[in-house]
Amino acid sequence: MRAAYSVLCVDILLAWRLGSISLVLAFLFIALTLVPFGVGPELALLKRLAPGLLWVVIILALLLSLDRLFQSDAEDGGFDQLMLSSQPLELLVLAKLVAHFIAIILPLSLVLPIAGFLVNIDIAALFPLVVSVLVAGPALCALGAIGSALAVSVRRAGLLTALIVMPLYVPVLVFGANSAQMALLGGGIALDAILVLAAMSLAAMLLAPLAISAALRGLAS
Amino acid sequence: MRIQKTDWLHYYANPHRFMGLAQALFYPLWVCAILTLSAGLYLGFQAPPDYQQGETVRIMFVHVPAAWMALFGYSFIAFVSILALIFRHPLGHLAARAAAPIGACFTLIALVTGALWGQPMWGTWWVWDARLTSVLVLFFVYIGYISLWRAIESPEKASRAAAILAIVGFINVPIVKFSVDWWNTLHQPASVSRFARPAIHPDILYPLLVMGVAFMLLFFALLITRMQSEILNQRARRRLGGDL
Repeated sequence: MRAAYSVLCVDILLAWRLGSISLVLAFLFIALTLVPFGVGPELALLKRLAPGLLWVVIILALLLSLDRLFQSDAEDGGFDQLMLSSQPLELLVLAKLVAHFIAIILPLSLVLPIAGFLVNIDIAALFPLVVSVLVAGPALCALGAIGSALAVSVRRAGLLTALIVMPLYVPVLVFGANSAQMALLGGGIALDAILVLAAMSLAAMLLAPLAISAALRGLAS
Repeated sequence: MRIQKTDWLHYYANPHRFMGLAQALFYPLWVCAILTLSAGLYLGFQAPPDYQQGETVRIMFVHVPAAWMALFGYSFIAFVSILALIFRHPLGHLAARAAAPIGACFTLIALVTGALWGQPMWGTWWVWDARLTSVLVLFFVYIGYISLWRAIESPEKASRAAAILAIVGFINVPIVKFSVDWWNTLHQPASVSRFARPAIHPDILYPLLVMGVAFMLLFFALLITRMQSEILNQRARRRLGGDL
């Protein structure tokens, strides 16, 4: 447990000190700023699109943060330490996933209320949106990390990771964006969609470490 | 060397033995595939036009079997990948790798013929309907899988990573199906699987089934051919000292 805890702390600290958090947040705002130029500044239209747009942009921002998730460890030898450790690799991988959730998803969901104003989000949709991102966050991290781990030995893996992860994100996006969209129609928070997201998060957090560890062990052998 | 009876799986792990089997299967498979394909096409053009859809219903004889093969191809990849991971069977990786572009092609055929069929029937080339969307996602899964194979240079690392991706994708595809079903639906529900009283007329059902068998044979004929050429390619590469 101690080893997992230190992996968690190191990863959060690294994300903070190396500035990957600010980079992801900056991307979120820049991408959102581009939207009105694309679809026009009409506020009513933006209001209708806002939950879906925010969800798509969050996923793009996450994809950006993914390709270095395991690669820096592979380059600086941090991996060999994880492999040699007496702890199960799955546990350490799980710690890395939790760290990614805390370092990237939490700040993203915290700035959503501010970012939402750029696309004129309805106040009624804001809370369901933040909840859906937080509930789906573990699934987003875990599924993204699978792609990141599979492509870890590829040098410029950004596009490949995105290609692998995109189909995995479709179900999460469907339920996430729609649960927020439903709030726009005046339904309050769509509990069934949130529950499905929670199920996806739990299953992904359970199964993804197995797939990731299998991928990483293949790298070492 | 004495081969135990239970070890039939590893008997063909030797590429030389597998080449013998492939050689024996090559012509029968291709001949059967071409014969059933011609029979299926003939029956397809003999079938009466649909009272509502007219002649365009014939697109179905390519569209539906292609969609079946898209799903079958991916299931096949996942199945042999699991075998390859569990039994460390090199042929499993080889088969999965060889099957991927074939499955991707069938998926593309299903998408394109679907668009051609949708234009006269629904008045649009593409709708974001649940089935169409999940087949499109399946196509992206194929593309990701093929790209992963191509991106990793070392064959051992590539085969392991690709096998894991195949299994992850295999779990993912039904979830995608379920979620887009929840999201939107317009496509007619599956109408062939109800064999007790199929919802389509036998005149159309039989050509469809013949085409299904033909596509299946075609899949395996192509698979054997691709696996043979991959093994020959590896041999040539070894002989030339890895400079090919």
